[in-house]
Amino acid sequence: MAEAAALAALPAHRGRQRAQRIVLGWALGGLAAFVLLPWYFPQNLTLWKSLPGVFGGADTASGLVQALRHGKPWLWIGAAGLLLALAAARLPAGRAQGRLLLAGAGVGLLGLLAAGFGIGAQGWSFEFLEAWFGPLPGGQFGIGLGGALVLLALLMLLGAGIARLGYFRGDLFVAGAVVLCSALLLLFVALPVGKSLLGAFLDDAGQPSLAALAERLAHERVWGLGCIAGGVRCGVAWNTLFLALLTAAGTTLLGTLIALYAERGNRRLGKSLNVLALLPIITPPFVVGLGLILLFGRAGLVNQFLEWAFGVPPTRWFYGLLGVWLAQMFAFTPIAFMIMRGVVQGISPSMEEAAQTLRASRIKTFMTVTLPLMKPGLANAFLVGFIESIADFGNPIIVGGSYAVLSTDIFFAIVGAQYDQGKAASLALVLTAFALAVFFIQQRVLGRQSYTTVSGKGDAGMAMPLPDGVRRLCVGIAGPWLAFTVVVYVFAFIGGFVQTWGRDYTPTLAHFHTAFDLQWGVNGLVWAGTAWNSLFTTLKLAAIAAPICASIGLLISWLLARTQFVGQRAFEFAALLAFAIPGTVLGVSYILAFNVPPFELTGTGLIIVLCFVFRNLPVGVRAGTASFKQLDKSLDEASTMLRAGTATTLRRVVLPLLKPALVAALVYSFVRSMTTVSAVIFLVTAENELATTYIIGRVGNGDYGVALAYCTVLIVLMSLATAAIQFVVGERKLGRRKNT
Amino acid sequence: MPRFRHAALAAAAFCATTAQAQDAGQLNVICSVQAEWCNMIQTVFTKSTGIKVNMSMKGSGEALAQLIAERANPKTDVWFGGTGDPHLQAAEQGLTLEYKSPALSQLFPWAQQQAQQSGWKTVGIYSGPLGFGYNTELIAKKKMPIPKSWADLLNPVYKGEIQVANPASSGTAYTMVATLVQLMGEDKAFDYMKALHKNIGQYTRSGTGPIKAVARGETTVSISFVHDGPGEAMQGFPVATVTPSEGTGAEIGSMSIIKGARNLEQAKKFYEWALTPQAQQFGAAAKQFQLPSNKATPVDPRVPDFKSIKFINYDYAKYGASAERKRLISKWEKDVNSLPR
Repeated sequence: MAEAAALAALPAHRGRQRAQRIVLGWALGGLAAFVLLPWYFPQNLTLWKSLPGVFGGADTASGLVQALRHGKPWLWIGAAGLLLALAAARLPAGRAQGRLLLAGAGVGLLGLLAAGFGIGAQGWSFEFLEAWFGPLPGGQFGIGLGGALVLLALLMLLGAGIARLGYFRGDLFVAGAVVLCSALLLLFVALPVGKSLLGAFLDDAGQPSLAALAERLAHERVWGLGCIAGGVRCGVAWNTLFLALLTAAGTTLLGTLIALYAERGNRRLGKSLNVLALLPIITPPFVVGLGLILLFGRAGLVNQFLEWAFGVPPTRWFYGLLGVWLAQMFAFTPIAFMIMRGVVQGISPSMEEAAQTLRASRIKTFMTVTLPLMKPGLANAFLVGFIESIADFGNPIIVGGSYAVLSTDIFFAIVGAQYDQGKAASLALVLTAFALAVFFIQQRVLGRQSYTTVSGKGDAGMAMPLPDGVRRLCVGIAGPWLAFTVVVYVFAFIGGFVQTWGRDYTPTLAHFHTAFDLQWGVNGLVWAGTAWNSLFTTLKLAAIAAPICASIGLLISWLLARTQFVGQRAFEFAALLAFAIPGTVLGVSYILAFNVPPFELTGTGLIIVLCFVFRNLPVGVRAGTASFKQLDKSLDEASTMLRAGTATTLRRVVLPLLKPALVAALVYSFVRSMTTVSAVIFLVTAENELATTYIIGRVGNGDYGVALAYCTVLIVLMSLATAAIQFVVGERKLGRRKNT
Repeated sequence: MPRFRHAALAAAAFCATTAQAQDAGQLNVICSVQAEWCNMIQTVFTKSTGIKVNMSMKGSGEALAQLIAERANPKTDVWFGGTGDPHLQAAEQGLTLEYKSPALSQLFPWAQQQAQQSGWKTVGIYSGPLGFGYNTELIAKKKMPIPKSWADLLNPVYKGEIQVANPASSGTAYTMVATLVQLMGEDKAFDYMKALHKNIGQYTRSGTGPIKAVARGETTVSISFVHDGPGEAMQGFPVATVTPSEGTGAEIGSMSIIKGARNLEQAKKFYEWALTPQAQQFGAAAKQFQLPSNKATPVDPRVPDFKSIKFINYDYAKYGASAERKRLISKWEKDVNSLPR
């Protein structure tokens, strides 16, 4: 340990030169952006069209011109910070340089952000500022590309300064990554969520009041225990908790069984299992609910059959806890499966072989060696399942019946007949508290044990086939589940091809025609169908968001697993926070936080991309973290000793071993972006319509045919995308022998 | 690291290009009526005026939530359709613009009253009565009587067979609560709702949930707006509607211009156009059979005959005010929804 630290503190001469050049590069780049790019977000022009106006009008001018000619003197602070940093770049590497860099970047960042939040579209944003400084002649709009790049440059210089002062072991890359990720998390997770949760502390008049908070939180509707005593119903918080525990346990169990069978059981079946188990993940939300209703609802097939065969009158037994639990199991098992599959793959077969050589039976080996090595995966899968369940909105709304959970209550509070943001915020607080609690429990359980099984030494062991009892359990439980999946999908496909769902089953292509009509017009192909607009927008935005989300997620998981720094826990929590916040609250909080300068993003595609990225970040982080626990640190150290920089190590050693996590992150974020509803329902505009809101609109209208046709197309597209991602990224090669 | 930088830059540049260059006329509308109706309006208005209409479809509750959230910097110009209460709430909170249209005199008295009570910040564009929908096949099969009055619904034979929306989330259901309060007096109305609660199978989230459930045989009776019925029947579902004999209320679908709209001229043009008889016929064309507010609009024969329905004198001003709504809904939540079924 000490040797590694000492070695790392001796960067090679070439490495030092490169580091100096990087610092200089950022300072110059920031200044260039200040002078040459439009500072503000142009209201009605694209970036390309506004470039010629860089030295011109107030809408498109660069920072320099804005400060000189358009009455925005506060922008000089940014320039001052960059100039200080430029001066620092000339100094030799050391503490002096670090201090000057820190000063310059700090001044620039604080000044620009203070000016950004303090000065809005119509002048000062807060009354006390107006009282101190007098009224401002003009305000400013949200920052655009120029401003964003200057802020980025200042952040990187801040990281460099911190590294030069000796933190992060003098590693510029790590420091820069930490500072950048922290800034992103602060801006796009902590700020909006904090702002909306703060609403819980305000009473009706908008004044802070602890009494209002206490009254909302301690309400009987939230915490009542009536149902235990045989009364009416329990508080909403208990309902949510109970459902989440059931779902997490169920999905973890199912996911593990399917993963075990896919990896260790029949190889041929394993491949088709991979595809089948992932099918629910690419399904747009309401399809599951509708399919289940058509099977188990009052007028559904099962009830009709029971009535015909046994004379049992059909009732609404399906709606409620049973229905939601079933729907959530259906929806979230694939995530557990993806996590567990990577973990099962990574278990070192040598350990199992060693146990068997010592004459342990297969079942004993399984229970005492394999299962404990899977603990990080199990814990992670449980946590993810729990959090998905408490934040789930689509399923409780459709099949929940009168079983109330926190996310639906929050939705009712916001869009209901009484717009009560305080109540929504207080419920969101409770939800966040639950997520936090589970997070801490999971940290305790995993503790400090080592689960390293992927090390530098090649592993010549052969994976042990499953013990008989376990195999039978897998087939017995996972088999029917997968068959059930197929049935619901068949229903969904049929739905797009029949005239009227539930009534008239004549086959027709009319729905596809309405949605995806293609015609030949005067100028070539005309996309006449009503659904093309939303499809293209969704594909474009999801495709942009997925790689960003995966890279930031894996970067964060690397930072958490391989570095130590102050505030690491808070860092991890912020990354997971967006997951636990229900989608509705996140959507509204994004509007509240980003509707006003300095970050005016509502109405653009960018805010939707950001919502996608930060909502799906946690899965990348979790998948990466679980994988990292299995990678031996000696691999990194070997690379460092051969004088590779941190970035090179990350790229050429770690990343190839993280392929399953990378695939999981890419696939999941792409697919989730395509199918998310509740978070984006407030962010879509007429220009940026998404597939899911279009579908939900059709469902609300009763146009199940068009909606299901669209869902069919989406499912096909997402399967293709998943296959493409798996093909491009590839499987990881672990140097193990395959079972014959 | 450089790779991530490139990706972020590319993303930022890419997304900046989605903000289109705009021509002379553009309009941002939130449309709270059925999708087909919204699409028709969009196409016809764009064709006839050349103004590009960006339309986003949201339920009235969600639309109000969005308007409140973006009040500091509104991105919407016009809010078209949706039941009247959220529009009145928006007017009360100062989100909508005071605008008196010259076409007001051509409208029915109830539409003009709506405008006046909101301080001219909204106007009625259609009206539809509240009533019951029922599945004709299920009623026949279970040999249940057809409900013809509010009192009929309390019949124990309907236990678990009635659906209505949750007043906390749906304007439709709140209209029911306000109607009953005005019909019977507050105490008797709440006693009635407690008794009705025993027969309710589910409180749905959206106002049109119950009639769709009736159409698909998930429930037998629904309390919903009468004009939603014929659309389902035209798709082949066995749905019929009836209005209660003691008297009922009606919704007034409304339209408002948002205060601070960026395209004010185009918004006013749209507003005026939407009040003309030609524009008001699109409801019927989209199989929505509310009564349009312009007296000169030809009325489709499938629109319920308002003269044969007994209406109460619904006080929109009183029951549209936020304070009264909150009070009634909390009371319903506490006294009625907490009871066992």
